[in-house]
Amino acid sequence: MLRDLRDDFPILTRTVRNGRPLVYLDSGATAQRPLAVLEAEAGFSREHNGAVARGAHLLAEEATDAFETARASVAELIGASADEVVWTSGATAALNLVANGMLQASLGAGGAGADRFRVGPGDRIVVTELEHHANLIPWQQLAARTGAELAWIPVDDAGELILDGLSEVITGNTRVVAFTHASNVTGVITDVEPIVRRAREVGALTVLDGCQSVPHIPVDVAQLGADLMAFSGHKMLGPTGVGALWGRKELLDALPPSIFGGGAIAIVTMETTTWLEAPTRFEPGTQPVAQAVGMGAAARYLMDLGMENVARHEARIAQILREGAAALPGVRLIGPVGDPERFDVLGLAAVAVEGVHTHDVGQVLDDRGIAARVGHHCAQPLHRRLGLTGSTRASAHVYTTEDDAHAFVEALAGVREFFGVTV
Amino acid sequence: MSLEAMYQQVIMDHAREGHGRGLVDLTSAGRGESHQVNPTCGDEVTMRVGVDGDTVATIAWEGHGCSISQASISVLSELLEGESLDTADETYDAFRALMQAKGEPLDEEREDLLGDATAFVGVGKYPARIKCALLGWMAFRDALIQARTASSGAAVEGGEA
Repeated sequence: MLRDLRDDFPILTRTVRNGRPLVYLDSGATAQRPLAVLEAEAGFSREHNGAVARGAHLLAEEATDAFETARASVAELIGASADEVVWTSGATAALNLVANGMLQASLGAGGAGADRFRVGPGDRIVVTELEHHANLIPWQQLAARTGAELAWIPVDDAGELILDGLSEVITGNTRVVAFTHASNVTGVITDVEPIVRRAREVGALTVLDGCQSVPHIPVDVAQLGADLMAFSGHKMLGPTGVGALWGRKELLDALPPSIFGGGAIAIVTMETTTWLEAPTRFEPGTQPVAQAVGMGAAARYLMDLGMENVARHEARIAQILREGAAALPGVRLIGPVGDPERFDVLGLAAVAVEGVHTHDVGQVLDDRGIAARVGHHCAQPLHRRLGLTGSTRASAHVYTTEDDAHAFVEALAGVREFFGVTV
Repeated sequence: MSLEAMYQQVIMDHAREGHGRGLVDLTSAGRGESHQVNPTCGDEVTMRVGVDGDTVATIAWEGHGCSISQASISVLSELLEGESLDTADETYDAFRALMQAKGEPLDEEREDLLGDATAFVGVGKYPARIKCALLGWMAFRDALIQARTASSGAAVEGGEA
């Protein structure tokens, strides 16, 4: 079990509407940050700030060291080596970096080594119907610009991926399969193995969206078997403005860069440029160094707690949220209740309240000091598939208490009555 | 401020009643149509406005959304159908001002103009909800501009004929 770590998160002591204590249940959108992260970020700026990988003075050395130590911590969290982790401005940027790199390859960049990234007419790009827009639109755009076809693994009426007909979706001409490791709406943790296996059979790359998994459950990239994975800092107790792309080293070294500038290059003439190896080739310009240091501290904080312990804690929250919500009359839990004991769902619950719009639900929760997410959670196609325009989501993190989860369910129970919905 | 103060009874009633709901085909020369979306929640409204001379002759709409957006469209429809274009402009401006007033009441003159729409005063305290309340008003504004342009174009053509 986790120790009581509420004191590590100063923001949790503040009050919100009507002087009520904050019940923060929007960690799936952005998590709160522990003192360890706040201090790492500020401490870097106060004592070590300098230009990274440029200059030979002491501060430049210290800044470079802090930047690379943070990279190593983030790599350790996911069982990778440091040279397989690229800093980005966030998970969205990381996913775009892969899709745009493939576009560059399709336009001829990267030579023979980039063959595996090329897509064109007659090729297929596969996503799933429950993706966050950040892992849908880059692929949609890559397909539109290269003439490749976009296909997707569908979901059933409960919002679960249908993995039975995988070979009909991931066909022989599939070049890349991009899918989420855990849904930010249904909370279901994806069964990665069959998708990766099928993708390998046809020689397709696999790209995982790890935004909702890396902060909450043990993630070991070697075990998952995917080729690339994106995740963000601010959902794993770190700062905003920073995220990471993990990829197998030989792949990253072959993927053409799509953002060009200083610091990422070996030789530049007036006509041509050669790039450094990964990860540096993808990090031109000045990086968000203090934020990266903060993300490193967040990885360290999570590892100190132990990701197994984190997952176990959140499984208990999941149980209260999901079973509680599903039992309420007129409330539809999106996705299966799941079996948190088996770690098949995240500590979140997205619900649709019959006869009450999600914004109105959110208003009632907010009035009680409960911060939850309302809307489509950047997953419009999934909501449309389920006959909804939006839902109300409570999502937990390491600091979420059982009382928080009960408060959500209790508040939810009173929503329909407040709006006079009785049928 | 309490939740009840935001969701006043008049808002709850209008959300249920939905005045003006149901798109009708407009045949007059002065007509316009606007489709507005609230990108944060996916709420939508399609509104048709017909202008006859100096009057807002018809307001018809279809859409879905939260109680604030639906009530706001209903109030707007009831309030402005049959009113003069000048009154429609002034009421639109007054409602915008009400949304920016951070929950404070407006002067008596504008409150008279707004009628039932003054009930939305509480929304101004919640920046995230202002867009909900304005959704229909944006559609109305857009459709009205089109209808006016079409109407004056027809008048000019008619004059020349």
